[in-house]
Amino acid sequence: MAAFILISSLKVLVVFSVFMLIVAYLSYVERRLVARFQTRIGPNRVGPAGLLQPIADAIKLLTKEEVFPANANRIMFVLAPILSLIPALLIMSVIPFGDSLTLFGQRIDLIISDLNVGILFVFAVTSLGVYGIVMAGWSSNSKYSLLGALRSSAQMISYEVSYGLSIIGVLMMAGTLNLMEIVKSQANFFDWYIFKQPLGFLIFSVCGIAETNRAPFDLPEAETELVAGYHTEYSSMKFGMFFMAEYAHMLNVSAIVTTLFLGGWQGPWLPPVVWFLLKVSVFLFGYIWLRATLPRFRYDQLMSFGWKFLLPLALLNIFATGIFMYL
Amino acid sequence: MVPLNYYLILSALLFAIGVVGVLINRNAIVVFMSIEIMLNAVNLSLIAFSQFRGSPVGQVIVFLVMAVAAAEAAVGLAIILVIHRSRESINVDEVNLMKW
Amino acid sequence: MTLTIFLILALVSVLSSILVITQKNSVISALYLIVTLGSQAVLYFLLGATFIGVLQIIVYAGAIMVLFLFVIMLLNLKRDEFGPDQKKGQRVLAFLFTLFLAVEILAALKIGFSDGGTPAGAVLNPASGSPSEVARSLFIDFLYPFEIVSILLLVAILGVVVLVKKRF
Repeated sequence: MAAFILISSLKVLVVFSVFMLIVAYLSYVERRLVARFQTRIGPNRVGPAGLLQPIADAIKLLTKEEVFPANANRIMFVLAPILSLIPALLIMSVIPFGDSLTLFGQRIDLIISDLNVGILFVFAVTSLGVYGIVMAGWSSNSKYSLLGALRSSAQMISYEVSYGLSIIGVLMMAGTLNLMEIVKSQANFFDWYIFKQPLGFLIFSVCGIAETNRAPFDLPEAETELVAGYHTEYSSMKFGMFFMAEYAHMLNVSAIVTTLFLGGWQGPWLPPVVWFLLKVSVFLFGYIWLRATLPRFRYDQLMSFGWKFLLPLALLNIFATGIFMYL
Repeated sequence: MVPLNYYLILSALLFAIGVVGVLINRNAIVVFMSIEIMLNAVNLSLIAFSQFRGSPVGQVIVFLVMAVAAAEAAVGLAIILVIHRSRESINVDEVNLMKW
Repeated sequence: MTLTIFLILALVSVLSSILVITQKNSVISALYLIVTLGSQAVLYFLLGATFIGVLQIIVYAGAIMVLFLFVIMLLNLKRDEFGPDQKKGQRVLAFLFTLFLAVEILAALKIGFSDGGTPAGAVLNPASGSPSEVARSLFIDFLYPFEIVSILLLVAILGVVVLVKKRF
């Protein structure tokens, strides 16, 4: 019992620190990459090649003045960014990073909690992420925030349906909801589900991007549109938390795509964790590339794309997988 | 080890709280929320029985109850929206005419 | 250990459901209901019903309550300014009758189980809560109700769309 608590706490500590570090530096990497895509340089002054930029950003955010809008509901106003960040952090607790290690005679699985319903837990926590946005918009007592929050949450719950349906093909082929088992069933390179379920992979990626409110689905928070959507009235570290939550969600979606479709931590020669991080970075690069390249969807185009195109396609995918598995 | 009785007593308590909520509230939406509390209480006792018997039938019933509760919540809230549109109030005491 | 967790969860659910029905502000009621539903989900996990526990969060706390919050925010309800009781002593009668109901249910539980409370051999069997067991039962024994419920959901969607349309 004591060993279990100790090992779990150690895992949580390591994963949390690495996760927050990656989230912080993701903002730097994004700014550099987007700058490169736009033939400029990006932040390169703050430290050697601009590497201390996230620290400068954090200090700036921490020392800004806290602004509370008049007639805002104080408790909900402060609670909303917390409710946005915590689901983003929780998902990391079911992602497998590697095979089992054996240290000091104890077998350590490189996953914080090996739930039997792992992938469903991910969806449950994702659906809880809507509350942060809804509360942020409503408690700010401002028309821009409310409209942005309603649009953003409507977008999130619309794409959640196809998000869930698109991986049913993978679950049918793997035969289990356990994430560790799904990774282990992709032992061979040509067993990776991206080859067996290409349509599922595409739909899942698109819905993942829409879920995290990233370009090209970022109408609710785009700078040129609704001022800044649901986080218009937020300043200082509360805004910082929304910012972190968005990058954390990006990281989560990439990690889940890696686990479900790209074979998780499997790969020759290099240690498993390195393979995992490599695959996650490939997907993150894709995210940033999309942001720099594609124009934004209009809101009605966005909603009709989600409901009228992706949902029937996901259902078709399930149907086709079922027929294929039966034959 | 938690005996089965404790779950059933909790379920009965939550059901009673739901009934009180329906009876004393005038806001139609809070009445709906109390109905959800009642449904949850029943779900709890169904699952407790199912697990203590070792049969998944209770959980299948809970699955179906959840689906029905979702449909009911959607339609009920739509009705409340329409009532609000025509009367500007959702006080259940005032909605007492079929048509006027 | 399990007993402690159960007692904490029971306390949280009962307290938050009491807070749901006594708040003046509907948004706060909705938030307390989310807490109640969340504690229910943890109770299901404690019983070993992992599949239904996760479904509770996805369906109830993640979808139905979002719907409630949307409607409350769109209606822009102010604090509950409803006047005094329609009939005198309505609340007192409500409490009294509910007390009778609670006593009846508890008495039925006591009488129904002849050996002083617990049915014989009532041991928790967590294996029957796994997704494969529930799915097997759902798709083999309960296929017909499953299909009917899916049609019910379709009808509900259509009904909602038709109800709230402003112009045909």
